Amino acid sequence: MNDVARTPLVEMRDIRVAFGGVHAVEDVSIDLFAGEVVGLVGGNGAGKSTLMRVLSGAHPADSGEIRIDGRHVSITNPRDAKTHGIETIYQTLALADNIDAPANLFLGRELTDRTGTLDDAAMESATRKVMSRLNPNFRNFKQAVKSLSGGQRQSVAIARAVHFNARILIMDEPTAALGPAETAQVRDLIRQLKAEGIGIFLISHDIHDVFDLSDRISVMYHGKVVGTVIKSEVTTDEVLAMIIMGKAPGEVTERELAALHG
Amino acid sequence: MTEATSVRQRTSDTPPSRSIRTFLASTEIDTRLAGMIGALAVIWIGFHVMSGGLFLTPRNLWNLSVQSSSIAIMATGMVLIIVSRNIDLSVGSLLGFLGYTMAMVQAIWIPTTLGLGFEQPYTWIVALGVGIVLGAAIGGLQGFIVAYGGVPSFIVTLGGFLIWRGLIFRYAQGQTIAPMDATYSLIGGGPLGSLGDTGSWIVGAVAIVVLAWTVISSNRRRRAYGFPVRPTWAMATVIAAGSAAVLGFVWVANNYFWPPALATRYALERGITEPAGGLQIPTGIAYPVLILIGVTLVMTYLATRRRFGRYVYSIGGNPEAAELGGINVRRTIVRVYALMGILVAISAAVQTARLDAAVTNLGVQNELDVIAAAVIGGTSFAGGIGTVTGAVLGAVVMQSLRSGMVLLRFDSPTQDIVVGIVLVAAVGLDALLRRRSTR
Repeated sequence: MNDVARTPLVEMRDIRVAFGGVHAVEDVSIDLFAGEVVGLVGGNGAGKSTLMRVLSGAHPADSGEIRIDGRHVSITNPRDAKTHGIETIYQTLALADNIDAPANLFLGRELTDRTGTLDDAAMESATRKVMSRLNPNFRNFKQAVKSLSGGQRQSVAIARAVHFNARILIMDEPTAALGPAETAQVRDLIRQLKAEGIGIFLISHDIHDVFDLSDRISVMYHGKVVGTVIKSEVTTDEVLAMIIMGKAPGEVTERELAALHG
Repeated sequence: MTEATSVRQRTSDTPPSRSIRTFLASTEIDTRLAGMIGALAVIWIGFHVMSGGLFLTPRNLWNLSVQSSSIAIMATGMVLIIVSRNIDLSVGSLLGFLGYTMAMVQAIWIPTTLGLGFEQPYTWIVALGVGIVLGAAIGGLQGFIVAYGGVPSFIVTLGGFLIWRGLIFRYAQGQTIAPMDATYSLIGGGPLGSLGDTGSWIVGAVAIVVLAWTVISSNRRRRAYGFPVRPTWAMATVIAAGSAAVLGFVWVANNYFWPPALATRYALERGITEPAGGLQIPTGIAYPVLILIGVTLVMTYLATRRRFGRYVYSIGGNPEAAELGGINVRRTIVRVYALMGILVAISAAVQTARLDAAVTNLGVQNELDVIAAAVIGGTSFAGGIGTVTGAVLGAVVMQSLRSGMVLLRFDSPTQDIVVGIVLVAAVGLDALLRRRSTR
């Protein structure tokens, strides 16, 4: 999996983001290979979401470099990110509540005919196709997404990320709003996408989710990366210690580990 | 695919259901729109009865259509402004300013300043063009300050409200500019600025063909993809109802005849001997109403069938989602305001042409009527919700109330009180229904 000779799909080098005087992300470097899931964990305000917003173009970095396939790229807005095959499922889902599922799926990338008129039928057809794979029970193609359940809304957000042949997928708490059955569905989907060779950054509060799905885990603490570990080489307690105390596995004592279970 | 076919089988041969709701659902008529048409019918019939049969006459309805057009034209743009979570308080003042400018072009600048003389064949189009370009530029400037300057639209357009009105007085020290170019005046309607009976029937026929074609082709597209489609009887109902409305409207317009004095003069000029009881010349659809119909079609197309409209609605629904979707939110806002400026210019032409003059209080309080029309038409101040046709109907509802109250000899303060109550009540009712439907 971590063949050093291979070029990473994504490399983020020395990324810095400050809000006012506060360093939300400080000199963070992180990478991702094709067909790999990298879990990104950390407490509230650790900088995970901000770091991913840099990659998705939602918030440009103050400094640092992003490489895709080893080539330097400039990502200053969400359109840039999408042209590089980076798709994002935001924690807030980023759906326009007042329009229907096909309109949301194609938001900013609408299909039109030769005259530039929206081709709603084609967009609905494509949406039905994606949904039949992601959520076969989905029926409400003509209703504003406001009236959909949390799970259905989530599947619209996921469909949007999956439909456009993403190479790099950022999932920010993709199961936070879901019930057990839907969560299992999303986990299956992540494994399936990984098998298709897509690189996935997975942000989650749920350490078990992350352990289950990730190949590597990067832990952030107060805007910095404490360390990136290979999942099979660490225990959940060690990762918890990194999250809570900001200490890498070597630095933490047995006593501190025991204290975690207080 | 199996789901789609099963739905089609279920609906296609079902006879019209007893329930109005399922009936509307299968015809895909907007329930809110249907409700407004119902409310309008109640208002019309109510005034007709109370006025002793004066309201539902060709003469009154024809006047109503002309009086509604100027506000309705602007309301189609105000919908998009409000949908995008903004407001435009400057439209009344801007209308005055643009009307004045167009009047100056045709009454002073072309004939005197440039020395080209009055009544040139190009005068009307140059005046109109100047107004539209200036309207787009001013609207775009206001939108630019809102989108890129970060100044709330309420403030920017409140400033515009003061500035454009003030500039009118800089132009002409409060003088009235008159008269307008003869061709330009036709934009305002009146017996001469109307289509006449043959033209009106042709427009009606074209409208019916376009309506039928739109309904059938949209159904055919959906069927090609195997989606559930409207049953044939529902399509037929929609086309029949639409056609009846079109034909009824044309019939009414053609049954309003030229005023006798004008008809007599026309007869004299043409050397026609007037029959006993006078010459009956059908007026037909007035040009401003024709302009309104065109504007409504174009604006509906822009709002629902173009990326531009989709972006406006998504910005109103969730600005952050629009931005993350890669939409250039700021540029879209500038375009919405530029479009509003163009519509204000068109309305300014209608009003100055109708008055045959530009006066300093041109467009005063129009911003309130335009916003009220959009809101009565179901536009939500929360953003993201509203339709162009709803706003046009809202303008017609407002004008119906005013014109009905005039027939009942209500004085102007009473009219304002009633319109104010109706505005608040309409929005309150809408909010109530909306809350119930989401529950």
